[in-house]
Amino acid sequence: MLKQTEGSKAVAEAIALCRPEVICAYPISPQTHIVEALGEMVKSGELTPCEFINVESEFAAMSVAIGSSAAGARSYTATASQGLLFMVEAVYNASGLGLPIVMTVANRAIGAPINIWNDHSDSLSQRDSGWMQLFAETNQEAVDLHIQAFRLAEELSMPIMVCMDGFILTHAFERVDIPSQEQVDAYLPPFDPRQVLDPKEPMSIGAMVGPEAFMEVKYLAHAKQMQALELIPQLSAEFKQTFGRDSGGLVRTYRAEDAETMIVAMGSVLGTIKDVVDDMREQGHKIGVLGIVSYRPFPLKEVRAALVNCKRFLVLEKSLAVGMGGIVATDVRMAVTGTGLKGYTAIAGLGGRTISKASLQNLFLQAEQEHLEPVTFVDLDWDAVNKQLERERLNRRSGPIAENILHDKGMLSAAKFG
Amino acid sequence: MSFQPVKFYQTGTFTVGNRLLAPDERSEQANPQRSNSINSGHRACQGCGEALGARYAIDAAMAESNGQLIAVNATGCLEVFSTPYPESSWQLPWIHSLFGNAPAVATGVAAAMKVKGRKEVRVVAQGGDGSTTDIGFGCLSGMFERNDDVLYICYDNQAYMNTGVQRSSATPPAARTATTMPVGPEPGNVFGQGKNLPEIAMAHGISYVATATVADLRDLEYKVRRAMGIRGARYIHLFVPCPLGWGTASHDTIRMARLAKESGMFPVFEAEHGEVTGVLKIRHKVAIEEYLKPQKRFAHLFGKHAHPEMVERLQAIADRNIRKYGLLDEGSN
Amino acid sequence: MFQIRIHGRGGQGVVTATEMLSVAAFEEGRHAQAFPSFGSERTGAPVVAFCRIDDKEIRLREPIMAPDALIIQDPTLLHQIDVFAGLKPDGYVLFNSHHSFEALGLGDLVKVRGLQRMCTLPATELGIKHIGRPIPNVPLIAGFAALSGIIKLESVIKAINEKFSGKVAEGNIAAATDAYNLVKEQMKEHANA
Repeated sequence: MLKQTEGSKAVAEAIALCRPEVICAYPISPQTHIVEALGEMVKSGELTPCEFINVESEFAAMSVAIGSSAAGARSYTATASQGLLFMVEAVYNASGLGLPIVMTVANRAIGAPINIWNDHSDSLSQRDSGWMQLFAETNQEAVDLHIQAFRLAEELSMPIMVCMDGFILTHAFERVDIPSQEQVDAYLPPFDPRQVLDPKEPMSIGAMVGPEAFMEVKYLAHAKQMQALELIPQLSAEFKQTFGRDSGGLVRTYRAEDAETMIVAMGSVLGTIKDVVDDMREQGHKIGVLGIVSYRPFPLKEVRAALVNCKRFLVLEKSLAVGMGGIVATDVRMAVTGTGLKGYTAIAGLGGRTISKASLQNLFLQAEQEHLEPVTFVDLDWDAVNKQLERERLNRRSGPIAENILHDKGMLSAAKFG
Repeated sequence: MSFQPVKFYQTGTFTVGNRLLAPDERSEQANPQRSNSINSGHRACQGCGEALGARYAIDAAMAESNGQLIAVNATGCLEVFSTPYPESSWQLPWIHSLFGNAPAVATGVAAAMKVKGRKEVRVVAQGGDGSTTDIGFGCLSGMFERNDDVLYICYDNQAYMNTGVQRSSATPPAARTATTMPVGPEPGNVFGQGKNLPEIAMAHGISYVATATVADLRDLEYKVRRAMGIRGARYIHLFVPCPLGWGTASHDTIRMARLAKESGMFPVFEAEHGEVTGVLKIRHKVAIEEYLKPQKRFAHLFGKHAHPEMVERLQAIADRNIRKYGLLDEGSN
Repeated sequence: MFQIRIHGRGGQGVVTATEMLSVAAFEEGRHAQAFPSFGSERTGAPVVAFCRIDDKEIRLREPIMAPDALIIQDPTLLHQIDVFAGLKPDGYVLFNSHHSFEALGLGDLVKVRGLQRMCTLPATELGIKHIGRPIPNVPLIAGFAALSGIIKLESVIKAINEKFSGKVAEGNIAAATDAYNLVKEQMKEHANA
């Protein structure tokens, strides 16, 4: 049914349609509206049978999900930012144990300095955790990816994060088509676990494993993600058959045919990028877009195929590998190894910094002319940076960086929007 | 209270001989059909108090739940010695996740059983004092506060034994550990407040809290069975001497547990909804030295460079326990 | 694409106003996108929220920097922030006040832009009158419907019925209708002036 609704609410409805049996909730912006809505559905009896557990931390949230998933219950939680980092030990444990938990990550920056706004640092920090990660471009896609995620996770017995941009998607009201229960039931069979804690068939799960078997266990986690590279497009195609909508898949291109410059990105910024690309196409620029839906597993082959015919590409990412540059860009460059393609990295939107059409158009034009540095920081206030560097050069006790920058910028900026 | 209604003891040990009891009063361990939840062949040290305690506790819980039990284990000695692949000792469904999350994992298992309508399946979580009183404390408190249907058993051997005997918040004052060495003017662990987990559990108002030692295994069985008869969060704090960590003879494990109780250092009691409802009285009071002297971890308190003032302070702790819990029959207060 | 920016303070229903605007547009079969300025809103703190309306899918995710319409829910914001920043030359302005623009010290603005697309509305008073609470958001979006014609009053009423029920819905509908008529009258006067 078509609805004008908040992203979080839409996702909560999609989760409920997936018949989760255990939901663990701990508040952290910007995912909170999702679990709030689910809590209400469980409490009212609309979502049943389901246990909704208000836990005392994200670490407990993931741990409860580990217990319930291992005991054969379809398990769900949601988190963001500091919350994801607080549960990291359990995040790795869930994948190590091969438990098909689905978790929404409402992508948000990581402090310090504390910041509640959107970027991709949180889930990308869990790149190697063994969890699959799918990124939604719109709230419709967030809804659809969650439904696909349960299917994917349970078929492979591996956990998965559905990543949606915090606030930008979670708090946006937009048009979303919420599927019917019949459609979801037809697509998503009941959870049939590969391993389950049951007195009828006692087994030990999570025993210590020495050097003689550890590598095989880890390799199999990798092998599962390689299987996911096959499975994700299949599930997306099957989704289209059931729901009549193109959603998910490994990558998606936009106006890529004959493109000489390709822009690579993940998440909601793809929308703004597409608007810019439409404008530039009208002006005769040969520019296209590659959206990466599946960040883990990373679709090396598909990324290479999408880029191999262009002349240059720019990876625009909301994340920063401090001391290195781009995180996504590293993988993209790996994908195009040996092609001789010119590749640029643009770091944008950290901590919720506005990514405007104007800035993007300027950036893309520079990329097209190959006038960019290998790594560009979009809309970085160099005056503020240089002022702080100078302060540090002059004064040993230069003080806290964030507070200095805020002071330099004045409270004026706080009163402005954007 | 009706601890040990039958008083036939073997000479000098307080241990009840099964042969002297009617069959229905015998220990679960005397039952040839017992579950043997932790099978033989595991890798615990000789004289391990934790292995003994876990065997009695889990077999009793299995008996009480008609074998419908799932165990969640924190990282620690019990987890390590019982499970290297492929030789798991566990004869019941068992999961180990992390050091600090056993109570939360148990909550998840219990939630799964509830949602699937399998009320007969019960959940026990277990860990050592490190996972219980330190790293898993937050999860434990959360599980208590929500009153999740889990029996949590803490096997307290008073230090991080698995990693090589480091101090935990359950380590007693003056004790030597790898991180509280017997050097300097106040050797061994500091005199602080420690962390009294049974009392903290009681403060959550949960339905049942009990302490026990491996010196009184029938009392342990009774408390586990009692706890299994109740729904909601329950806590049993079991005192389990560690020959390796304490520097005691492996044949002295039960004796050390008994001396801890008889000296007043470890009060044995049970509590319901935050109120103490019964204590196991001291039968034959001993001075604290009698408990401390056989343990190498307290050796620096005696001998050439003795610290009688520290022994006195430990005695004062025991005396306070005796007064507070009324551990002596003729007890004052 | 038509872009609306609403300024107000935490507790005045600024975010809800953009959401209801988007629902009203959706009810007319159009695409709409509403989103807040993503702050950690506190009661009384300045809040900005945005709404885009279009006949095709809206992909753009940047904040609205050049609005086609401004709704200002709280006159005291004038001293704090530049609420008019980026407003298009032919943009609409709806101001929550029982005073005129001149009385608010915005006479110069009127001189530049004219009154054809500007209007003040005593929305807080309407909220008190019809809902019993000084919440100006629903009267303002109904006033915006009257001012701009971008959405219909009946769509605003649909959005009200989706959000509220019973007496609260009735009160809000009365407030919306009242506001709509007040703005319509005022615009007639402006046209005749």
